[in-house]
Amino acid sequence: MSRAYNDMELMVCVASRFLEDHSLVVVGTGGPCAATMLAQRTHAPNLVAMFEAGGAGARLEALPISVGDSRTWHRGITSGSMADTMTAIARGQVDVCFLGGAQIDPYGNLNSTLIGGTYEKPKVRFPGSGGANDLASHAWRTMVITPQDPRRFVEELDFITSPGYLTGRGAREAAGLPPGTGPYKVVTQLSVLGYDPETCRMRVESLHPGVSLQQVLDASSFELGVAPNLGETEPPSATELRLLRHQVDPTGLFIGR
Amino acid sequence: MSDVRGLGTLFTDPDPDALRAVLREKPHGLLPKVCSVREAIERYVPDGAYLATGGFGGVRIPTALIHEIVRQRRTRLGYSGHTATHDFQILAAGRCFDRCDVAYVVGLEMRGMSPNARRYCQSGAVRFTEWTNAALLWRYRAAAMGVSFLPTRSMLGTDTFVRSAAVELTCPFTGKRFAAVPALSPDVALIHVHRADIFGNCQMDGSTVADLDVAAASRHVVVSCERLIPSEQIRAEPDRTAIPYYMVDAVVEAPGGSYPGNMPGEYYSDEEHLAEWLDVEQDPTRLADFLEANIFGVPDFEHYLALHGGMERIRQLRRTELLIDSGAADAHEELP
Repeated sequence: MSRAYNDMELMVCVASRFLEDHSLVVVGTGGPCAATMLAQRTHAPNLVAMFEAGGAGARLEALPISVGDSRTWHRGITSGSMADTMTAIARGQVDVCFLGGAQIDPYGNLNSTLIGGTYEKPKVRFPGSGGANDLASHAWRTMVITPQDPRRFVEELDFITSPGYLTGRGAREAAGLPPGTGPYKVVTQLSVLGYDPETCRMRVESLHPGVSLQQVLDASSFELGVAPNLGETEPPSATELRLLRHQVDPTGLFIGR
Repeated sequence: MSDVRGLGTLFTDPDPDALRAVLREKPHGLLPKVCSVREAIERYVPDGAYLATGGFGGVRIPTALIHEIVRQRRTRLGYSGHTATHDFQILAAGRCFDRCDVAYVVGLEMRGMSPNARRYCQSGAVRFTEWTNAALLWRYRAAAMGVSFLPTRSMLGTDTFVRSAAVELTCPFTGKRFAAVPALSPDVALIHVHRADIFGNCQMDGSTVADLDVAAASRHVVVSCERLIPSEQIRAEPDRTAIPYYMVDAVVEAPGGSYPGNMPGEYYSDEEHLAEWLDVEQDPTRLADFLEANIFGVPDFEHYLALHGGMERIRQLRRTELLIDSGAADAHEELP
């Protein structure tokens, strides 16, 4: 099947649509940042992007390589400090945190620390939380953009780095996390996933163009639910693709063109 | 509810009175503190010391000072892996540390993972305790405030908490649960800034990241700066002083001192050279040759910088930093 866009472009375009105008969003590098920049150029011109190291309100003209580099406050509102971002999110002023790829389980818990072996001597060591745990603990909504395959979508994580719904409904609150917070959407190359409001387990909400439900279910090691009103994702529009390729990521740093 | 404790090792003493005793003896007056990179590392970073570095991994990092630690072959350091990327990569290449408080290590954000740092971390040669960026920030802040811990909701319910050295506590006012994170007072902090005077009063442009807390929390602070400025310039704009002199033990002038990292407003990161680091690390022999050519085999950071184009390269990276060549800097001229 030939398409006018690649998987990365599809994920960025679809994810950008879930970001609301006039919201304050803490953004990770790569996909989350590209989607945020696209949203600002389409339906959310008043969305303010905040970064972990303190930058907020930048006019994002070039994709930052680091969430602490000078692009994250270029012509922005404040360059700030890490404490500014971390306290804003802890106080409840940040609507959404938007994280990139990691291992994920049915409750939206994330692993970016290690795979296999022991904690002392892991088979594969990853960076750890960075700020992801802080953001996922406190943000009203956590959005994730990640490729979907059975190795990334697992029933049980080797290490819970950042909290989703932990073990299910009510578990976040029982652990002491702020009430009313938690995972919101997961956008992959195949589908949009959300969470069952009763069980807090992940479920398929929308299939990307040309993708079958079975393909989505097969690309997960755990059993995905299916939303009662399963929809089909609108393909990226010509406008979204033009803005993404020419303004958001003209050098193909993330979208790989 | 019972006392729930993380399993991790606490590598440093959270007692505020231990820090107070050290800071009481540190000179409190305005004294000139300028020295060379070599002297600063010889004096303030002995083998076994617990080290923190400022900036954000590849942004405003004290590369000149970190290279010197490797060049002087320091070993058995403790390291605070707070937003650590290229800084961690250099110290891992030198096998300088054997224990590490982890918030972010091994990776270089969008650039990928450091093959060598990963090998080092998977070898069992390094003891880790797990945290988050905010948890380490509040640990610095607790030390800076002269208290032994701060409460946070970060880490609750996760394995990050299980592998930390935090303790869950119940708030005496609200009954809510928090993770108490213990004060972290590094033996020495290395921080790169834009401008400093000879007494150690520092100005920074752009995000201060966690550096005000790092400087206040640390027993000793070594500052490197892009340029030394007259003290009168500090006094002409006192609202710009980010780190005051009394926190600082040594001042080093190191133009280009964050290279190949980004120095906000001065120069962007050198992505070609950072990619070269990642490439040579795939093979330990090539990495050894690379370290010989870039660190051990050169007398100082200026010679390393010269190998990669010197101040002419910094000038090119300044154009990237200021978005001059892309034209993007002018794209919004018409907007209010």
